[in-house]
Amino acid sequence: MKTLQQLQEIRDRLKPMITERAEGAKVSAGQPRKSILVCGGTGCTSGNSKILHDNFIALLKEHGLQDEVKVIMTGCFGLCSKGPIAVVYPDGSFYTHLKPDDAKEIVEQHIIGGTPVERLLHAEKDIHGQLKSINDTDFYRSQRRVVLRNCGVIDPENIDEYLATDGYKAYEKAVTTMTQQQVIDEIKKSGLRGRGGAGFSTGMKWQFTHDAPGTEKYVACNADEGDPGAFMDRSLLEGDPHAVIEAMMIAGYAVGAEHGVIYVRAEYPIAVHRLEVAIGQAREYGILGDNVMGLGKKFDLELRLGAGAFVCGEETALLNSAEGKRGEPRQRPPFPAVKGLFGKPTLINNVETYGNITQIILNGADWFASVGTEKSKGTKVFALGGKLENVGLVEIPMGTTLRTIVEDIGGGCPNGKKFKAAQTGGPSGGCIPSSLIDTPIDYDNLMAIGSMMGSGGLIVMDEDNCMVDIAKFFLEFTVDESCGKCTPCRIGNKRLLEMLDKVTKGEATLEDLDKMEELCYYIKDNSLCGLGQTAPNPVLSTLRYFRDEYEAHCNGKCPAGVCKALVSYKVDPDKCIGCTICARNCPVKAISGTVKQTHTIDPKKCIKCGVCASKCPKGAISK
Amino acid sequence: MTDEKDMQFAAVLESLKDVPGPVMMAMQKAQDIYGYLPLEVQLKIADYFGVPLSTVYGIATFYSQFRLEQPGQIKIAVCLGTACYVKGSGGVIDKFSRLLSVEPGHTTSDGRFTLEATRCIGCCGLAPVLTVNGEVYGKVTEDSVDEILAKYNEA
Repeated sequence: MKTLQQLQEIRDRLKPMITERAEGAKVSAGQPRKSILVCGGTGCTSGNSKILHDNFIALLKEHGLQDEVKVIMTGCFGLCSKGPIAVVYPDGSFYTHLKPDDAKEIVEQHIIGGTPVERLLHAEKDIHGQLKSINDTDFYRSQRRVVLRNCGVIDPENIDEYLATDGYKAYEKAVTTMTQQQVIDEIKKSGLRGRGGAGFSTGMKWQFTHDAPGTEKYVACNADEGDPGAFMDRSLLEGDPHAVIEAMMIAGYAVGAEHGVIYVRAEYPIAVHRLEVAIGQAREYGILGDNVMGLGKKFDLELRLGAGAFVCGEETALLNSAEGKRGEPRQRPPFPAVKGLFGKPTLINNVETYGNITQIILNGADWFASVGTEKSKGTKVFALGGKLENVGLVEIPMGTTLRTIVEDIGGGCPNGKKFKAAQTGGPSGGCIPSSLIDTPIDYDNLMAIGSMMGSGGLIVMDEDNCMVDIAKFFLEFTVDESCGKCTPCRIGNKRLLEMLDKVTKGEATLEDLDKMEELCYYIKDNSLCGLGQTAPNPVLSTLRYFRDEYEAHCNGKCPAGVCKALVSYKVDPDKCIGCTICARNCPVKAISGTVKQTHTIDPKKCIKCGVCASKCPKGAISK
Repeated sequence: MTDEKDMQFAAVLESLKDVPGPVMMAMQKAQDIYGYLPLEVQLKIADYFGVPLSTVYGIATFYSQFRLEQPGQIKIAVCLGTACYVKGSGGVIDKFSRLLSVEPGHTTSDGRFTLEATRCIGCCGLAPVLTVNGEVYGKVTEDSVDEILAKYNEA
C-alpha cells in the first residue's frame, strides 16, 4: 500500500529517466547514459526480440555497463514489418530487422565505440542522403500518438514507469476534484466515440450506466479483438496495460461501480500476462483494492478469457461469455447499461476507448476535441496490413486521408503494384476503392461510402487481389462465426455464401447478382446482433465498387486470376526450354513432355496449385 | 489420464467453487491440464457445478478453442487472418492438407500432426504466419511447407 505522497515520489524519481528516452535528450546526472528500447510486442517477440533483449543485458553486464545503459522491453513500436526493432536513446538510432546475435555488434561498436552500426539502421534517407532518425521517418511523421503514447516508451511490466508518465494521476484528479457527473460531462464534452466499431458516444454510455438504478454495477472492458488482421487493442494492452486499468477505475468512479472485468482473447498470451502482472502490481500498491490510493473508494478488477468466438466482441454476447456461458447475443433492450453482467447495470467500452480516458481527464475535453473532425474527435489507431511496405500499428488524427495512410505512412504497395482497395472494419466493414483514396477517415465519411470505422483493421489490397474472392473470404469468416441464434444470420449468410461461391466458379448469372443484393439487405435488416447486421457489408461494398469484377466472373473470367475454377495454366511454347522441372514438381503429374520438348498441361488433371509457374526458370507458365 | 492430472483438476474445481459463472473457466483450465476435454472431464465439470452435461457440451462446441479429440504431437497452426490470407496463407494450408492428407481441424491417422487454421495471431508484419507447437514461422511460402515438414519429420 502506497500513499499518494509515496506515489508522487516514485513519479518524481523516475520522470527524468522516461523523458530522457527521447531523441537528443540531455541526460542528467545519476541517470543511465543510454537507453536501449527493445520492442516486446507480439510481432517482434515472434522474431526472437526477447532473446535479443536478454543478449543486450548479458553483454552489457560482461562489459560492466549494466548501470550506465538501461535495457527496456517495451510495447509495440508499430513498424511490425521491420521487426525486431530496437531504438537507442538519446541518439535516436533506429535499428530494424535485428537478429539476437546483432546485440554484440551494437554493444561493442555503438554503445562502447560510439558509432552506430549503419548496416542495421533503418535505411530511410533524407534528401541530403542522411539516415533519418525515428521521428522523421515517413512511417512516424504523420502520426499523432495519444492512445499509444507509452507504447514503445515504457516497460509495461513496471508500474513505476507508468507512474512516471503521470500514471494514476488522472484517477486522483477525478476523485479528488471532480464529481461523478463532472467526469461524465467531461467525457461527453470531449466528443469521444466508442472505438470498438459503432462509434456511439462514450459519455452517453457512461451517463446511462450512471443513471441506471441499482447499487451493484460493473465496468467491463471489451478486449475480444476478433477482427482478423486487427491488433490495436492487443498492442495497447501489451504496451500500456496500466492506462486501461486506470481508465476503468475512473469509469468505475463515474458510474458507481466497484467491480471491473476485462474480457480478453485467450489467443493473446502476452497481453494476458502483462495484464496479470499489471493488476498484481496495482493491488500491491493499493491502487486496486478496498481503499484505492487511500481515497476511500473500492475498486478491483478480474480477467475473463475468451475461447475463440468472434461474436463475443458483440457486447451482449461478451456478457454471456464472461458469465461462462455460450457467447450468444441477447435481445436489446434492455441494454447492458441497465441489465448487463450477472443482470447488473454494466458499462462496456473497448480497449482503445479506455486508452483515451486518462488523457481527457488530465488535459481536458477541449484539448482532446482540438484534434479530429467535426463529429469524430481525437485520434484513431489502425492496424495496417496486407499489401503495404510498412505493415504495423499507426495512430493518426481523425480526418487523415486514406492516401496519407496508404502512401505516406504505409509506403505504398510493394513491388510497384497498383493500389486497388482498402478494407476497413474487417468482416463487418467494406472496401474503399482507389477512386475514394482522398476520403478523410472519420466515422461518418466511412459510413457514407459503405464501409465503417470498425475497430481499426485496415487491410490493403493490390491489383493481384480478386475482390469477389475477398468478399467470399470475409463471408466465410462470418458464416463460420455466426452463433446460429437467429435465422437471418445463420441461414441467410450461408445462402449468400453459396451464391458467392457460384460467382467464383463462374456459374452465376447477372440476375444472381441482383438476388444477392436483395438478400444482403434482408440479412442486414433482420439479424439480431451486430455480427449479422453487418455480415453482408463486404459483399455489398464490393458489389457497389467492383461490380465489373462480379460481372466478369459471371462471364467466366477472374480478372485478377485468383479464383481457381476460372484460371487455367498454360505453357508458352516459345519460352519453354523443356527442362522438365515443372513436370517433376507437379504434385498430380498433370504435365507431360520429354527433355528439350515443349511441355503441356492436362487441364483435366491440373489442380491449379501454381507450383509449375513458380518453379519454371523461364517464366513460361502463366495463368 | 494420470492421477497427477486428476489431482490438479480437482484443485481447479475447488478453486472455482465461489466464483460466479465458473463453468467456462473450469473448462479452459481442464483443457490446459489434459490437452483436450474428454467426455468424463465434461461430466465431472457438469456434476461439480450442478449444470446439465448438455450445457458443458454446448459451451465446448461453441468456442473454437475447446477440443474434443486428443491433439497430435505436432500442432501446425496456419493463420488465416485477413493480412495473412491476402498474402497467400490459403495456399500454404492447402499444401499442408495435401501433403499430410488431413483436413484442417483434424489429426493425421498416425496421431503425429494436427493441422489447424487459426484466426489472426497478431504478428501481421510477418504475414503469412504459421506456428508449429508454438514456434512462429513468418513470411512463409508454399515452398517453406516442404522445409518445415522435413524438419519435423527428421526429429
